[in-house]
Amino acid sequence: MSDAPVAEVAASEPKHTAPSRARRTALWLRSTHPVVVTVLAFVASIIVGGILIFITDTPTRKAAKYFFSSPGDTFSRGWHAVSQAYVALFEGSIFDPHTAFHGSFWHALSPLSETLLNATPLILAGLAVGLAFRAGLFNIGAQGQLIIGAVFAGYVGFAWHLPVVLHVIVALVAGIIGGALWAGIAGWLKARTGAHEVITTIMLNYVAVALLGYLLTENGFKRSGSNQAISRIVDGNARLPKLFPAPLRVHAGLIIALLAAAGVAWLLNRSRLGFQLRAVGANQFAARTAGMDVGRNYIVSLVLSGALAGLAGCSQILGTNSSITGDIDAGIGFTAITVALLGRAQPWPTVLAGLLFGAFQAGGVTMQSRTTTPIDLVNVLQSIIVLFIAAPALIRALFRLRGAADTSGQQLAKGWNG
Amino acid sequence: MSAVQAQESDLVESHEVVEVAASQRSRIVSGAVLVVVGLLCVFGFGLGSHAGYDATFHLSPPGASITVPALVAPARIVSIALGALVVAFGVWRIARGFSRRTMRWVVGVSIAAVVFSFLCWSLTGTKGTSLDLLGLLQQTIFLAVPLILGALAGVLCERSGVINVAIEGQMLGGAFAGALLGTIAHNAGVGIIAAMVAGGLIGVLLAVFAIKYVVNQVVLGVVINLLVLGLTGYVYDALMARDQNTYNTPPGLHAINIPGLADIPILGPLLFQQNAIVYAMYVLIIVIDVALFRSRWGLRTRAVGEHPKAADTVAINVRRTRFINVVVGGLVAGLGGASLTIGSALPFGKSMTNGKGFIALAAVIFGRWSPRGAVGAALLFGFADALQNVLSFIGTPVAIPSQFLSMLPYLATILAVAGLVGRVRAPAADGEPYVGR
Repeated sequence: MSDAPVAEVAASEPKHTAPSRARRTALWLRSTHPVVVTVLAFVASIIVGGILIFITDTPTRKAAKYFFSSPGDTFSRGWHAVSQAYVALFEGSIFDPHTAFHGSFWHALSPLSETLLNATPLILAGLAVGLAFRAGLFNIGAQGQLIIGAVFAGYVGFAWHLPVVLHVIVALVAGIIGGALWAGIAGWLKARTGAHEVITTIMLNYVAVALLGYLLTENGFKRSGSNQAISRIVDGNARLPKLFPAPLRVHAGLIIALLAAAGVAWLLNRSRLGFQLRAVGANQFAARTAGMDVGRNYIVSLVLSGALAGLAGCSQILGTNSSITGDIDAGIGFTAITVALLGRAQPWPTVLAGLLFGAFQAGGVTMQSRTTTPIDLVNVLQSIIVLFIAAPALIRALFRLRGAADTSGQQLAKGWNG
Repeated sequence: MSAVQAQESDLVESHEVVEVAASQRSRIVSGAVLVVVGLLCVFGFGLGSHAGYDATFHLSPPGASITVPALVAPARIVSIALGALVVAFGVWRIARGFSRRTMRWVVGVSIAAVVFSFLCWSLTGTKGTSLDLLGLLQQTIFLAVPLILGALAGVLCERSGVINVAIEGQMLGGAFAGALLGTIAHNAGVGIIAAMVAGGLIGVLLAVFAIKYVVNQVVLGVVINLLVLGLTGYVYDALMARDQNTYNTPPGLHAINIPGLADIPILGPLLFQQNAIVYAMYVLIIVIDVALFRSRWGLRTRAVGEHPKAADTVAINVRRTRFINVVVGGLVAGLGGASLTIGSALPFGKSMTNGKGFIALAAVIFGRWSPRGAVGAALLFGFADALQNVLSFIGTPVAIPSQFLSMLPYLATILAVAGLVGRVRAPAADGEPYVGR
């Protein structure tokens, strides 16, 4: 993208001194610009996913048994399965001609609304993971922080009864505190004992899941009269308002997520604290020499990260759902890691990554219900995209791109000793 | 310390003063922790248990040729005595301190004392409750097998300088491939080989990205885990869950009694009436532990992990050594995965590893990157897991919700990584890609 102004300048100059605009565009397309790499990683993941569908589709495998007498059958069946899955993925996330014209104008926007709905907690949790990344910490405990945040926010939501605007704010604050506390444990352990956060945060995930399982059996938390492990219902006052009329489910959590992205961008790039966090993330020894309290920075960055994950929990319990179940996390905590990696741990790219993976999730639900392809395919696509993104050299080799050695992966390099 | 003082005193001297102060503080803190835990045993488990009840621990399986008499202990007295021992350790630690070497033993004995006094207390819920101690230990081994194999995989990778966070994925992939191919072939051996190949292939993926494409290894490991989770979950839903009989009823392994050894009381049923995977694990433990410190391969591995440039200078191929170690580690972790499905004749389930790979990773760190240390740590975590199983079965005087018991292995892992090891030193070049050759 940095080449674009140069290209315009070149275009205004006499033609014979610069390559044509088309050639410049072609060169840009063959560079390792992040946008190009992302698009190519997307393409690569779609291809791998297609192969996976092809192999596991039952009619295709049946046709493959008589492959040598009629190879066309295998390919047509396989193509059918692959195209159906991807069409459903698109229809569930962007535009669905089956339902668009059967109802009000809003119905046509329903897939996009689902995409935004799914993107909301992904953006928040992705920001959480990304913020910790920038401070040199790998927070893979977004799942646990999200759960504890949802438990805190949900409890305030159904156990307390407060006036209209106040209630949702108090519930949000509770959720933030819950997530921050849970991540703060890992931060404190890291600062005080040097326990690596990759291990402590993931162990705290399992503890949080067990804790939630326990709460869902306890009176006062559990919905009375229900045989299922489900919590009481959050008060209407504590719910995040819907942004659009009836069939569209996207709620004010999206606005919170965008505000959070702006906040994180300001924090990291404009504030003194953010500078410290980045300094510690870049080189803890240099930061210590410069007089920064590295341990304190670890705690602060994980607390902030947990607060964002707690907000993702709020979005789940105060917005998308109205009561807590054992599945309140819905895989968001781990998808958030891929979101943050795809967004290269920067706030606004993380928002875009969240939107992309939100679309995947929304489309995946439709795909699972309309075709025989399970939604787990989405997880495969996401991790393949990130795997390719993480290795720009691989994308270069695969697609024969040019470009100098890329060290963007290096900024996050940390061993056990660091 | 004021600036003037710092100028007056020698820099090194002031550094030493700070060192002593810090170690004294940590001595008092650790001593106080021991005292508090000991008092908890005395008052909580000792006085909290029913006065007249005995705690009975069985040590023989029913129908053994040589029976060992059951261990019967007056619960209250034993709990109090063990608690007092821990308190005494704590007081001594505060007053006089232990050397680092002794402290490790003190911590080990204290943990054992606390666990035993807890067990005595838990048996006094109703009169006549007894605990099958041998069964608890057998279950410890059973649950520790995947952890030990995973930890050995971790040691292999990390000693050569590649961080392996993908153990979880390698075990999951192994469990999956073992169940799928073992079922299709109706053959446990095929399943085990498939599991190892799957783990090895994930190892190749890790090695290529970490060594050739120089991707951050922790990030890479987590992404590989997610990839394997997605892939296995996808195939499970698309194939295995729809037709369990054809794709997901893995054949089990028979226990093999080693003639002679299997009849030894306690140790026989514990160690020598196991299946082939467990015996393979014994061999691997010994081979890796010996080879890492006594063979040319081991020396090269450690050199590459500590100082790749020096190793390169003496013509050791750093990247190839690492590549081989990572792939071999993958094979071992895949075997660990096989123990979850083939080894226990259980069908594959989505994300059935449940953090075991990460616990194995913690065992590597807790065991200070040595094979025998990692095995010890894995046994400890296996014991925590077995304990929660047994406790949820026999019940305790004060009912502990099963969810809290199920936290036990995870909490033990956090405690081990945070509290007991202190600051550890990984191989110097662990996680640092070598770009020389």
